[in-house]
Amino acid sequence: MTRMETAMEPEATLAPGLPIVSGRRVGKLFGDFRALTEVSIDVEEGEVVCIIGPSGSGKTTFLRCLNQLERIDEGALWLDGELLGWRLESDRLHPLPEAEIARQRRKTGMVFQRFNLFPHMTALQNITEGPVQVLREPRGQAEDRGRRLLSRVGLAEKASSYPKDLSGGQQQRVAIARALAMNPKVMLFDEPTSALDPELVGEVLSVMKDLARAGMTMVVVTHELGFAREVADRVVFMDQGRVVETGPAQQLMDDPQEERTRNFIRSVLGRE
Amino acid sequence: MAGGASAIAPARREAVPEVDVSAMTIVRPRRWGRIAAVAIMLALIAWLTKAFAEGKIAWEVTGEYLFWPSILMGVVNTIWMSIACMIIGIVIGVAVAVMRGSPNPVLRSVAIGYQWFFRGTPVILQLLIWFNLALVFPRLGIPGLFEARTVDVITPAMATLLGLGLNQGAYTSEVMRAGLLSVDRGQYEAAQAIGMSYWASLKRIILPQAMRVVIPPLGNEFIGLVKMTSLASIIGFADVLRTSQDIYYVNARVIELLMVAAAWYLVVVTILSLGQARLERRFGRGFASGVRDR
Ligand SMILES: Nc1ncnc2c1ncn2[C@@H]1O[C@H](COP(=O)(O)OP(=O)(O)O)[C@@H](O)[C@H]1O
Ligand SMILES: [Mg+2]
Repeated sequence: MTRMETAMEPEATLAPGLPIVSGRRVGKLFGDFRALTEVSIDVEEGEVVCIIGPSGSGKTTFLRCLNQLERIDEGALWLDGELLGWRLESDRLHPLPEAEIARQRRKTGMVFQRFNLFPHMTALQNITEGPVQVLREPRGQAEDRGRRLLSRVGLAEKASSYPKDLSGGQQQRVAIARALAMNPKVMLFDEPTSALDPELVGEVLSVMKDLARAGMTMVVVTHELGFAREVADRVVFMDQGRVVETGPAQQLMDDPQEERTRNFIRSVLGRE
Repeated sequence: MAGGASAIAPARREAVPEVDVSAMTIVRPRRWGRIAAVAIMLALIAWLTKAFAEGKIAWEVTGEYLFWPSILMGVVNTIWMSIACMIIGIVIGVAVAVMRGSPNPVLRSVAIGYQWFFRGTPVILQLLIWFNLALVFPRLGIPGLFEARTVDVITPAMATLLGLGLNQGAYTSEVMRAGLLSVDRGQYEAAQAIGMSYWASLKRIILPQAMRVVIPPLGNEFIGLVKMTSLASIIGFADVLRTSQDIYYVNARVIELLMVAAAWYLVVVTILSLGQARLERRFGRGFASGVRDR
């Protein structure tokens, strides 16, 4: 794959041998309800991993745990060599203070199913908000970078438009630029095209393909099997809060080993 | 042929007459309801005007006192007191609303207790308690640092500031809470996802969106407060009502001076309403409202 050739330099903070994202037997409970059970997913730097699976299988919950919008109950999540949410000190766990959690969160960029752009800000302000308020970047520099990001997602002329005046596809591209502006190590996408009209799906997927080609590490929850086949290095199939099967994209889709995977892929393809 | 059926699907093409809505005269519908309403209103206004003109009010006295120096001082006092109390109310209101939404049970209880006390007792009673604080605590201050007699600190203005400000905070906090609840959870999560702290996301993302929702009820609260300052006249605060009264105690022109005060309240409230419309436009940027609002 082309991406392998453009793989980035390994980071100094990366613990040797550890993937950039590593979920180890992660469990998550909502009260009595078990949303995740022993989920183990590793993502190498520069890799694109797609997570597929039926609705309610825990895909969103896993991404939210990675972004620490939810706290895990079992197992451990590692990101860029750091344990997420806790400080490990002589066999004891200390919960991280809010500022530390915010710092860890900045290593992931999150793209939501329903965009969640800030409606009271223009496209450019949405993008510069994080760099200026959180990274304390000078406004002029942040705006220059913001404009470059906007043209990267094909929206250079929409800098001063408010979200309500943009189409769904345009809003989602602004949301991607907003996440990129924080220079994340890993981009997380939660069904980024499933709230879009069919004719707008392509423009968002093509921005994501460009990102993947540029070497960005990505975890993508999606029902777009064509995208997964074309772009993903690996695909993870989840069902009922567990990882059922994982493998190289083509192999998992053309020759699934598990009955449940086969049924799911057949049902999604049948819909199209 | 049944009329209903032909309205849905004309039986034959040639049965439809040639119509181009842009090329024909349009007959405007007569709005009889409106015409009648306007007529009734005009009649009422004419009747009221006549009644007051012939009534026992010496309008020239009202006119004479409208810009009387002590009246103008009263207007200024009413205005600054309203603004000061509203600022106190908004600051406390935001803090209490945020505290009520906090995961910390201590903060939550303090907020609920505050609302319970200040909404549970009449304002006029609170004003009297503040004004008579000296009966409970003859001296105020931090021992060694500064100390003063309570009667010197709690002037009528100070008692009004405390009484109306704290009371206003309790009401404003509920308005603010409604505003905070109106903002989608996804907004808060998106702010967190770009690494913003809880406080930064409140200030930059949540509150500006909540403001749009709270401005109409806050405008309402402010207008109510302007008129509530007149209660302070009973503890001797020289607002416009008090100064009018002080004059009519002397010259016995009761109604004339009450009209002076009424005119000034209307002026202040009108200016406030105009300001509110401007604020709504300012915070409404980026939102398409489904309701026509003017
Ligand atoms: N905050 C929550 N409280 C209770 N149950 C939840 C919550 N969030 C998700 N769930 C449940 O967890 C399961 C997994 O949800 P989710 O991760 O959204 O699935 P997916 O994204 O794969 O469709 C679902 O059954 C959902 O109802
Ligand atoms: Mg989901």
